[in-house]
Amino acid sequence: MSFDDLVSWLGDGAIPYYLALAKCVFAVLFVMQLVPVLIWAERKGAAYIQDRPGPNRAHIMGIRAGGLVHTLNDVVKLVMKEDIIPGHVEKRYWAAAPVIAMSVALMTWIVVPFGDNFLGYQLKVSDIDGGLLFVLAGTSIGVYGVMLAGWASNNKFSLLGGLRASAQMVSYELSMGLSAVVVFLMAGSVSLSNIAEMQAGAIWNWTVFTPVGLLAFVLFWTAAFAETNRTPFDLPEGEAELVGGYHTEYSSLRFALFFMGEYANMIVAASVTATLFFGGYNVPFVTPDMLREHSDGVLIAAGAAIPLLVVFAVVAWKRRERPFYQALPAGDARLKEPMFFVAVWLGAAGACAALAVAGLLGVSQQLSLNTLTFGWLENATVFGPDLVAAVVGITVLIAKVLFGCWFFIWVRWTVPRFRYDQLMDLGWKRMLPLALANVLAAGIWVALFPNGLLETLGLK
Amino acid sequence: MAMPAARKMTSLESIYLVELFKGLALTMGHVVKNLFDQNRFVTIEYPDVRKTMAERYRGAHRLLLRPDGKVKCVACMCCPTICPAKCITIIAGEAPDDPAEKFPVEFDIDMLRCIFCGFCVEACPKDAIRMDTRIYEVNAYTRQALIHNKTYMVNLMDGIKPPAEEFYRLNPESAPAGFVSSPSASGAP
Repeated sequence: MSFDDLVSWLGDGAIPYYLALAKCVFAVLFVMQLVPVLIWAERKGAAYIQDRPGPNRAHIMGIRAGGLVHTLNDVVKLVMKEDIIPGHVEKRYWAAAPVIAMSVALMTWIVVPFGDNFLGYQLKVSDIDGGLLFVLAGTSIGVYGVMLAGWASNNKFSLLGGLRASAQMVSYELSMGLSAVVVFLMAGSVSLSNIAEMQAGAIWNWTVFTPVGLLAFVLFWTAAFAETNRTPFDLPEGEAELVGGYHTEYSSLRFALFFMGEYANMIVAASVTATLFFGGYNVPFVTPDMLREHSDGVLIAAGAAIPLLVVFAVVAWKRRERPFYQALPAGDARLKEPMFFVAVWLGAAGACAALAVAGLLGVSQQLSLNTLTFGWLENATVFGPDLVAAVVGITVLIAKVLFGCWFFIWVRWTVPRFRYDQLMDLGWKRMLPLALANVLAAGIWVALFPNGLLETLGLK
Repeated sequence: MAMPAARKMTSLESIYLVELFKGLALTMGHVVKNLFDQNRFVTIEYPDVRKTMAERYRGAHRLLLRPDGKVKCVACMCCPTICPAKCITIIAGEAPDDPAEKFPVEFDIDMLRCIFCGFCVEACPKDAIRMDTRIYEVNAYTRQALIHNKTYMVNLMDGIKPPAEEFYRLNPESAPAGFVSSPSASGAP
């Protein structure tokens, strides 16, 4: 191999390997980094719903970051705490349960596409033909984590919690699977990439904007609450009856795994729902090809965020006048906080301005490994437009996922818990027949309008 | 007691979704209002921001002085007599300049026993004791530090004076008998 061969291999030739690594890292980080944000959103959301300020004590050099530092505190606390293994537990299964709960939640994310094709490579970790079936299978395995925890804890309350969890997950899995079948019928594929591609373009291409799709979404989303053990279906942890449910006996990092697993499940459920019903990574009315063609325009559009960020900076500056800051003694570290936020927002505005300038210079249409190595790798493939399309896709998916997760949190602090018989009644007597009828309706719908309603009626 | 029969849900209610969204709209309203007006919170960020107590709030006691700087109290024993918690200890003495009058050589209130009923204020014929300091943080690391003595109560003004424990540490000559500054008190937040 000559030197030039090596250079070109390190450049364009190695792109699939760089990409594979980046995709794996991204998939893990996506879930793991959203978890602390969600924990913060849960606390702050709960507080704001209940007219409280929420967590705001912990700080680093006076910077409290609206309570985000508390999450960091939690991590340190959970890691440093003593790992207690009760004497009466079945050790092997007991230790395996949290690992299953967490790893399954991370695993199911690998089939979710987070952007359109990048230089012809799909932006998802694994292109399994099963697609959504893999997600459904994964969430089913998640039951084992909960069930093993309940059983191996050798504790009546934990066992009850585990039993409730497994019964609930098994019952709602049916409605969930049947609602997914509706989307399969409409897309003609179980691959999440194909389902997302089908929904590109106009907003009414989204599955949720068909009658059968809407019902399927409602059923799927309700079942997702039950699958992730969130209120109003969080009977497995019903603290009033069962102490802590299946994770009563767990402490320190093992408890953290369950805790993070719950939030990771939320993220997975939200991303799958976004992909199935809300177009996944697609921006309404904009196809990925349009993004590639006008990638410089997209960068310039980032400049539109500058006024908003400046307004944020002004609001942050105004915070100094709040009674809290007035009451602080001189020299208190927290007095620096408004300045910090002003710096953050102005920095973000600066970043947006830099993007807009790059767009005006037309950088993205020529961006390649050649640009990054200052002309060392000649004739490298231009990936700028694809990169812009991918980043926009990721951003849009994150926005949809965050909204879904906020909905989980929002419902938790609004709705009281169901009773066990009500839960089973809803799952088996109402949602299952509806889901079955919906599959039938979807079959008829697809047979009547094979290319979608608007096209069949000649409106498109 | 017989439970009233549960109202039957209307068909709209039994779908849950409409009622669910009504609830969601309510909670989101709170979130939006709180986001835009941070002064709506019902909680107080306590150690940094403190509640201003009402004028008539019964806080820690203080002893009043005459214009000539002597304690108004004449050691008539009305307050220890009426005190239901028996927390006031007065040792009376003859006033040095006017043998016809009494004055309290010692005037101790055991704040661990005090129930803040305010009877002592009501009973006082000389308006010598008041509970208008609005101080509600009566706490210390030792029992001795919770005995408020004459020197402390004379110096106690509207919430600006240090807690008894710190006062006794700074003025050891006026501390009650048996007062030992606890090691944890000095490093306390």
